[in-house]
Amino acid sequence: MVEYEPIIGMEVHVELQTRSKMFCGCEVAFGGEPNTRCCPVCLGLPGSLPVINERAVELMARAALALNCTIASQCVFHRKNYYYPDLPKNYQISQYDYPLGVNGWVEILAGGKSKKIAIRRVHMEEDTGKLLHVAGNKSYIDYNRSGVPLMEIVTQNPPPEGLDQIESAEEAREYLQRLRQILLYLGVSDVKMEEGSMRCEPNVSIRPKGQTEFGVKTEIKNLNSFRAVYLGVDYELKRQERVLREGGTIVQETRRWDDERGVTASMRSKEFEQEYRYFPDPDLVPLRFTNDWITKLKADLPELPIPKMKRFMSDYGISLSDAEVLCDTREMADFYESCAKLAKDPKAVANWLTGEFLRLLNATGTTVAETKLTPANIAALLDLLDSGTINRNTAKSVFEEMFTTGKTPSEIVKEKGLEQVTDTAEIEAVVNRVLAANSNEVRRYRSGEVKLKSWFVGQVMRETKGKANPALVNELLERNLEE
Amino acid sequence: MSMTDTRLCEMTIHELRDLLKAKQVSAVEIARSFIDRIEAVESRIKAFVTVTPELALEQAAIVDESIERGDDIGPLAGIPVAIKDNMCTRGTLTTCSSKILYNFKPIYDATVVDKLVRAGAVTIGKTNLDEFAMGSSTENSGFFVTHNPWNLDTVPGGSSGGSAAAVAADECAFALGSDTGGSIRQPASFCGVVGMKPTYGRVSRYGLVAFASSLDQIGPLTKDVTDCAIVMNAICGKDPLDSTSLDVPVPDFMKALVSDVRNLKIGVPKEFFGHGTDPEVESAVRAAIDLLVSLGAEAKEISMPSVDYGLPVYYIIAPAECSSNLARYDGVRYGHRTGTSTSPIFAKGGVSSNLPLTKGGVGGVVSLYQKTREEGFGPEVKQRIMIGTYALSAGYYDAYYLKAQKVRTLLRRDFEKAFEEFDVLITPTSPTVAFAIGERVDDPFAMKLADICTIPANLAGIPGISIPCGFKDGLPIGLQIMAKGLNEETLIRVAYTYEQHSGHHKEKPGI
Repeated sequence: MVEYEPIIGMEVHVELQTRSKMFCGCEVAFGGEPNTRCCPVCLGLPGSLPVINERAVELMARAALALNCTIASQCVFHRKNYYYPDLPKNYQISQYDYPLGVNGWVEILAGGKSKKIAIRRVHMEEDTGKLLHVAGNKSYIDYNRSGVPLMEIVTQNPPPEGLDQIESAEEAREYLQRLRQILLYLGVSDVKMEEGSMRCEPNVSIRPKGQTEFGVKTEIKNLNSFRAVYLGVDYELKRQERVLREGGTIVQETRRWDDERGVTASMRSKEFEQEYRYFPDPDLVPLRFTNDWITKLKADLPELPIPKMKRFMSDYGISLSDAEVLCDTREMADFYESCAKLAKDPKAVANWLTGEFLRLLNATGTTVAETKLTPANIAALLDLLDSGTINRNTAKSVFEEMFTTGKTPSEIVKEKGLEQVTDTAEIEAVVNRVLAANSNEVRRYRSGEVKLKSWFVGQVMRETKGKANPALVNELLERNLEE
Repeated sequence: MSMTDTRLCEMTIHELRDLLKAKQVSAVEIARSFIDRIEAVESRIKAFVTVTPELALEQAAIVDESIERGDDIGPLAGIPVAIKDNMCTRGTLTTCSSKILYNFKPIYDATVVDKLVRAGAVTIGKTNLDEFAMGSSTENSGFFVTHNPWNLDTVPGGSSGGSAAAVAADECAFALGSDTGGSIRQPASFCGVVGMKPTYGRVSRYGLVAFASSLDQIGPLTKDVTDCAIVMNAICGKDPLDSTSLDVPVPDFMKALVSDVRNLKIGVPKEFFGHGTDPEVESAVRAAIDLLVSLGAEAKEISMPSVDYGLPVYYIIAPAECSSNLARYDGVRYGHRTGTSTSPIFAKGGVSSNLPLTKGGVGGVVSLYQKTREEGFGPEVKQRIMIGTYALSAGYYDAYYLKAQKVRTLLRRDFEKAFEEFDVLITPTSPTVAFAIGERVDDPFAMKLADICTIPANLAGIPGISIPCGFKDGLPIGLQIMAKGLNEETLIRVAYTYEQHSGHHKEKPGI
């Protein structure tokens, strides 16, 4: 039987988090009363002219550099001409043969293995308005989104020597998540798929293994979550394979993902290549970037997620799965690193942060930036635990108290009298009291029911309000029970 | 009211300013004189799409108050200006003489309009043009034809024909026009007034409804060269709203009003005298050059072969840009919409438009586009949109648009080379004087030849001025002077010198 291999291309649009739009001073924000964040420029009124938002260019150049692209020394805006009511000028200012960045890659982890997914180009454009269809066969247009800076990131198939391509639905999702993570690290966008600030339109085809020419591709639209991207691509790959195995042919078309039914359905045929009549926008002058500018942007780039994960693993000896959790956001990674640098045992810090800390953040809906916990307090807590001043159970409640109040661990321990009891005589007195009060259990233990020991430990801990050093309790119990 | 008897409306800006400064006349009196003049002659000239007498009187009254307070008023305060109807005026119709914008009232002022209003100029109306500035006779107006004040059976030229006719007929003290291929200079020539196309980027295009963005430039139409310098002082300069406006210092053009052409090097490119140049036009231009030579200038015949490609290059680039610039007129947001007598409503803070779209698709909108544009645009505009669309299409782009851009670069270099040797180039503004209304309507090539001498300056981005230099059968002949980019001062100096020694600008049409 013929074996097929998938070819998956990703075209991703990301709205930038600038204060103002790409070519005018209107505010960039999600939602809002329709047509309240507009001006003659983003409404494309007669006579209006665009002016490039330099901040947007800088942010996109930053992103292109983080995606390992080469920044063009000359960068030109083109007009992409097509008619649609959400496009007020009936052309979109976009880029064509002189995009901002080319030939980059994004590192992903595919089943723990590193792959570098080839990026063909990163370019700048303006977003369109939004059509709202309402009952009674009416349509309305909201131009608040019109002109919002938009970055398009396109993968390259086949990839150049030394780089990789996306080979499965899982990898498509992983690519998108890594892209999102990188952009969040850079602070260039809020990258919310649900709000449309990140939009993804994969194109998918399959071909018999060994064949060099591509199969007929379909484009998938309406993917509004990472899960939908995974399911949509997976569905489309399987559908195409089924069609081919049944002797059918794939039609070049755009297919819409139906999240409820879990299927893609044909939206429109793409048999004819759309004619966009690109030409350089005469209203804008080409941008030229100096090497100094590019060098400075590059120097200002933060450490990116996967390199950071790798460094954490080697510097702090933590596991891949811990590194993944700790590097999920830049805030968490920075927080971890501050703690790890103060604490004696960075692995123990990782355990606390991936366990208790995350649990508390989730339970209280707090962000890392908002937490009252300080790295110094966490390090101090671990020291108390390490020195035996408190035991592990007590440490958990102290941690929670620190999380809630921001107090130092020693303050909390002192206030609540939580120091671990390590005085042998004191513990032995309790042990003797417990044994005397439970002669029945002592007898059972001594006749061979040794699993009762943990019950005795529990009793002693209860008597000491959990403060007794567990090792000592064990040792003393053993000695007294064996008598 | 004795002053109005002396026909204030016939005066130049600087004459009116002197009277205002001396408090011999009020701004309101000046405005009234022009309003009366419009009332008297407009039915024969038809220069205006919209006349705004109430607004003019209101603005004039404010200037009078300012004079009353003893404020130091600028040279344009209280001076009535007519504005070509392709420049946005807040709250006043801006139609581009197109049915598709018959009801369009901008929500903002073009930068030039804003500058003039701030300078105290009095806006008296919006002038007729060839639809979207596409044409050379104003016969392509979607509304009506404008008549040349020198002979009502002839065209005023175009596309700024309404502005040129209004200045020539004393319906305004000066006017603004826009020049994409000669649309200021050629009508200035036909109507016997002074018309300047500044260097591309000298004047902000913000608010000028785009025809061909890389060629369009706003400039003044005035009764003499001094007025030209006054208006240039007011409208030039970098505008943060126009990325293509030049960030260079603006000189005081009044200082260029010097009658001196000694050692001036004049190039006379022979290519501008071919293509059916009227012999009387040629001899008037050569006589003008002789006059300048007699005043100490040197003139030399030269050849600029690439100029012959000007017209074909222009008719690729301009339609290509226009096909994209005019795409927005689709009946969705403003202007004409098929099947309705009212304009679509654009409401802030609410829904913008009630579109006949089918849910989940655009079935209805394609026919909305087609019908609206079919009804709204005239034949010349449609032809240029089609030519431009074709020239930009995949497979033709390299052969047409890209090639045209390359030839444009060669042409620009030819001018640069010429200006290494010469301070100015002097040519006819148009090969002929004004032609009869209707004469060239069915001969588009003959029509387009009217712009053959003016188009190269737009392609090269250099400044050019047209000044009156004689008459043929009672119709004015225009002299075109071109200079290196940003050298408008040289143009003003040469034009001023000629004007001081010729006096053609003092002649008035007998309307």
